[in-house]
Amino acid sequence: MKFIMLPKVFSQLFKKPFTNKFPAKYTPSSVTNYLADVASGKASMTPPIETPEGFRGKIVYDKEKCIGCKLCLKVCPSEAIEFKPDEKKVKFYMARCTFCSQCNDICPVGCISMSDEFLMADADKYAKELIVE
Amino acid sequence: MKAETIEKTTYTIPVGPIHPALKEPVMFEFEIDGERIVDADVYLGHVHRTVEWTGMRRNPIQILYLAERICGICSYCHPMSFALAVERIAGIEIPERADYLRVVHAELERICSHVLWAGVAAHEIGFDTVLFLSWQIREKALDLTEYLTGNRVTKGISMIGGVRRDITKRMYPKVNETMEFFKESFEKMRKIFLEDKTFKLRSQQCGVLTKKEALDLCAVGPTTRASGVKKDVRLDQPYFAFGELDFDYVTPDVLTGEVNGDVYDRIIVRLLEVKQSVELIEQCMDRLSGIPEGEIVAEPKIAKLLNQLKKIEGENIGRMEAPRGEVIHYVKMTGQEHPYSWKVRAPTYNNILPWIPMLKGEQIADIPIVAASTDPCMSCTNRVGIVKQGKRTELTKERLHQLSVEKTRRLMQ
Repeated sequence: MKFIMLPKVFSQLFKKPFTNKFPAKYTPSSVTNYLADVASGKASMTPPIETPEGFRGKIVYDKEKCIGCKLCLKVCPSEAIEFKPDEKKVKFYMARCTFCSQCNDICPVGCISMSDEFLMADADKYAKELIVE
Repeated sequence: MKAETIEKTTYTIPVGPIHPALKEPVMFEFEIDGERIVDADVYLGHVHRTVEWTGMRRNPIQILYLAERICGICSYCHPMSFALAVERIAGIEIPERADYLRVVHAELERICSHVLWAGVAAHEIGFDTVLFLSWQIREKALDLTEYLTGNRVTKGISMIGGVRRDITKRMYPKVNETMEFFKESFEKMRKIFLEDKTFKLRSQQCGVLTKKEALDLCAVGPTTRASGVKKDVRLDQPYFAFGELDFDYVTPDVLTGEVNGDVYDRIIVRLLEVKQSVELIEQCMDRLSGIPEGEIVAEPKIAKLLNQLKKIEGENIGRMEAPRGEVIHYVKMTGQEHPYSWKVRAPTYNNILPWIPMLKGEQIADIPIVAASTDPCMSCTNRVGIVKQGKRTELTKERLHQLSVEKTRRLMQ
């Protein structure tokens, strides 16, 4: 009988768990109350694991710089970008975005960039935080 | 008679997408005599078309990201073989550095996929401790992918004419460090998978695919190499920079001196391929340090590239050795923005028919491990139709997994 896995299992018993307990060690009974507590300084939040360099997060859009060339609309694979003809500017729907950063690459004036922000969960896909314009 | 037709129609209608236990719609029918499998049949093709259809309304750059989503694990080889096909039509020359970078990402994906598979195989026989160990190793591969591309799974690194991100000098230490880690853990994995009693009991002489059957049924990738067929697109028709690198076909006789074509051999092939991939990445890193940084794509201006692709006419195929075998993308362009036709053939398609000879004569409890040994890209063992005295019943995935675990326990006593 050869059980090669056993020593590994025993050594693993004494190691620290790998999981980062974000946002808290135990799930709070009410997330809204917990976030209010964090805001008022009553509770502390375990920070998320840092995003790596070159991470593709929520789009940052510099409206002033945009020239309305519509190139980003052409390459967006999920068609998450809408053109507003009257202002000649664009509107990004983050709920559809696949975070490929292709619009960022094609933009001739560099008015689009990707931030580090990734906490964007929302029940409403047209929420204010999920539309960049 | 009536009951039979009703139950049969419930299989052929793709209930899959809305069934909580079914991830992808595919149907298998096994004819069972007691514990023995007498015959097996496959019904395929429920979801294949929709991606291709969507692709025919998008331009090649948008398709790259659509192709990425064909499979979560092969999220690099699908867009890349599509890119290969388009590059061949347009006659785009790839810069040398991009060729090597493409190899690095392809091999990194192979490591991820094979280590993930090792965990799944262990889970299928009820050895969940090894599942966690192998996924712990895979986590390092994912960390490196994230570091090099910015994403963990859908890498978003492919581009027609090259790659989107360079591996700069600053990144070399992390790559080398991870490769060292893989070499260390390869030894551990080899010991656990090839010497542990549990694995040997369940995988040796189980799910045998002979060399003749593998050739007849056109099996691809590690499945066919485990049966002793020397077939590897990387060597047969070198693409990227594979023609300039030093490596050879991986068949189980390299390690054991004989080819049985059983599940154990398929484990050997995949493990040795992880080692081979690490060596290939190291070779590439060596070469990369000799090529000046910067030129990683043939046409850096994407708007110009799009204009160029709008005018091309012709058809071609892109072939690549994905972790599971050969993947083929056929593309036809007719001087329009979107392709006239796009056809994908994923490796699992070829590897499903060999299940029939593999499963014949095995026990029901062996279905999960035999099926998993070809590394199928879909959850095939979700439902099994059983014909018992002319009456059809079905087994769920959970019941099958339980049977598999029970068999391991029985063998261990």
